[in-house]
Amino acid sequence: MKKQNRFTGLPANADSTPLNEDTKSNHILDKKLSRRDMLRLTGATSLGLLLGGGGVGGIMATRNTAAEPTIASDGDSIPFYGSHQAGILTPAQNFIYFAAFDLTTTKLADVKKLMQAWTTAAASLTTGSLIGDVNDNPNLPPSDTGEVDGLNPSRCTLTFGIGPSFFDNRFGLSSKRPTLLADLPAFTGDNLDPKWCGGDICVQACADDLQVAFHAIRNLARIARGTAVLRWTQEGFQRTGAADPKGATPRNLLGFKDGTGNPDTTNEAEMNNVVWNSSSDGPSWMSGGTYMAVRRVRFRIEVWDRSSLSDQEATFGRYRHNGAPIGAKDEFDDLNLKAADASGKPVIPPDSHSALAHGDGTVKMLRRSYSISSGLDIATGQLDAGLLFISFQRDLMKQFVAIQQRLSKSDRLNEYMTHTGSAVFACFPGIRKGGYIGEALLG
Amino acid sequence: MRFTYAVPAGLLAASILFTGCASNNNDSNTSNNNSTNAANSTAATNTAAATTADFTSAVDQYRTYVIEQCDEFVKQTENFTNAVKEAKIEEAKALYAPARMYYERIEPIAEALGDLDPNIDARENDVEAAEWRGFHKLEKALWQDNTTKDMTEFADQLLKDAQLLRAKVEIVEIDANLLVTGAVELLNEVSSSKVTGEEERYSHTDLYDFVANVEGAQKIYELLKPELAKKDAELEKTIGERFAALQAELAPFKSGDGYVSYEELKEEDVRKLSQNLDALAEPLSNMGTILGV
Repeated sequence: MKKQNRFTGLPANADSTPLNEDTKSNHILDKKLSRRDMLRLTGATSLGLLLGGGGVGGIMATRNTAAEPTIASDGDSIPFYGSHQAGILTPAQNFIYFAAFDLTTTKLADVKKLMQAWTTAAASLTTGSLIGDVNDNPNLPPSDTGEVDGLNPSRCTLTFGIGPSFFDNRFGLSSKRPTLLADLPAFTGDNLDPKWCGGDICVQACADDLQVAFHAIRNLARIARGTAVLRWTQEGFQRTGAADPKGATPRNLLGFKDGTGNPDTTNEAEMNNVVWNSSSDGPSWMSGGTYMAVRRVRFRIEVWDRSSLSDQEATFGRYRHNGAPIGAKDEFDDLNLKAADASGKPVIPPDSHSALAHGDGTVKMLRRSYSISSGLDIATGQLDAGLLFISFQRDLMKQFVAIQQRLSKSDRLNEYMTHTGSAVFACFPGIRKGGYIGEALLG
Repeated sequence: MRFTYAVPAGLLAASILFTGCASNNNDSNTSNNNSTNAANSTAATNTAAATTADFTSAVDQYRTYVIEQCDEFVKQTENFTNAVKEAKIEEAKALYAPARMYYERIEPIAEALGDLDPNIDARENDVEAAEWRGFHKLEKALWQDNTTKDMTEFADQLLKDAQLLRAKVEIVEIDANLLVTGAVELLNEVSSSKVTGEEERYSHTDLYDFVANVEGAQKIYELLKPELAKKDAELEKTIGERFAALQAELAPFKSGDGYVSYEELKEEDVRKLSQNLDALAEPLSNMGTILGV
């Protein structure tokens, strides 16, 4: 049976019809519309838009909304407040602008102030309103940088986390560090450059418009001046909703579908098992939060492009065209790692990427990666392109590290890629209205 | 942004020794962009109208400061240009950066005076090759070519330009708006050319300019501080703290009476300086809050 509702990142505005004038003017008036009003105004074509997308059809989307109220949305604004942070189960938007910050202050009070200021700003950024209240004083620089004035929120989400370095002795918080939050061990073949590693704080901005995502990080960085500085950033993309109205599993830059094996984000029990921390996992301030692994992966695409199709498919353990496991018919067919050909050879190579990542199928994580392209590697004239791998999990060691150790040792794909950046973050639980990011930790 | 001030021509003609260079009646040479923003270009004329507080005292004190700096600038420039003309290369090199500091502290004023800034301070490529003159022309001769050959004319010209600046500051319009924007402008100067090491590409004395720009901005902050404390005490305090943080970041690079060569700074040092500068410039750019609405 074809499983539905994979984590495919169906864009909300799956039909390519632009919002009609009625809707636009209502955005401008910033009038809260009931779902019924919206339906009446926009017609059924925008159903996906109204329901926050995520499924492969209206019915699935409805289930999505019922199961996970935090990703219900009016128009294309995804609620910032909720029991979990948005941008984790949220179907992947078209673009990401990822930023790691280092704190320059040594005062905990300043960190708290920053988080409060960021909370206020994030609430504006995710609803598409201007930041701050100094936007028309001729004697002062405007508090909002202005480049998204008049644009839709574009399903902007902002996801905040803190790295292991946050718990060193600067702020007297070392006793509060969750044991589950520690720098990753070195993996075979790592080629890490410090300029894409670590960070005291991360902000993952995702949106269906790159300008919206960039604007968010730019303004948060501006607000942080004097308290925190950018350490590294990486923008990323995937195919847009306009290019793929059906919302199929996105392909990575090696041409293969990426995310087929993801757990079902609409299954609450599964998400509690795979993604969300409970009070038994560690400190109470992380209850409802999750751990993020970020890896900047450089693909050797010129080398990859010289490989035969059968080599490429043996490397992934799947067919390129439809993403089905080798020997199977459909993308979502189970990986049958026991299947052998007439000569007794496994149909799916045991050292293929899918086989190793799947293992015995008991360990899962929620992947939410984006393609990246950062110009040329000047030394070689080759494209600096690849993947900003992002995964969310309850336990970094048991999930991400366990899988990555298998992969780094024997994955066939290692011939075609190298990990150049790495960081881990504890992503806070959701923010309640009136509260602020990290409140349970910072008090 | 740059300000364009219409200095009454009659006043100038009376007190100024024209230097024989073609003055092209616009200051599009001052690199960067000429502001076409109406809100800013009126700054020179309607001052008190737009403000509620009385800035007479701050403006007077600032003019005094500018004149002091200018007097010293002319004196030091004369010592420097004499050394160039006497072909005393090492002496000229030693006098170069300290002399420039008096100019760098009041740079926005010079920029408000038409062609003076490019004539005194243009870097190579800022202007047409045939027009290039001033400090950096001599800098290149001293450090890169290690000679003072054919530089006498430029040395004389530079001293005349310095004297002209001194004459003009007597009558330049100064108001609270210029102070506020001038302070930010000084830090922007650091951000765009000093931090990158482009300003002093042959001598690598960028830190002298860096420090002088910051001192010039700090002077303005000190003058506006009382008014700022009344209007927004928190902002005033933040700016004070950020100045202190930047000074602390600069301190290790002091060397005797001056500063180490910019080449001695590691990438990380430069980045930290730049970040501290941005952290200061952000609240400083909000000093306009004292101007009222």
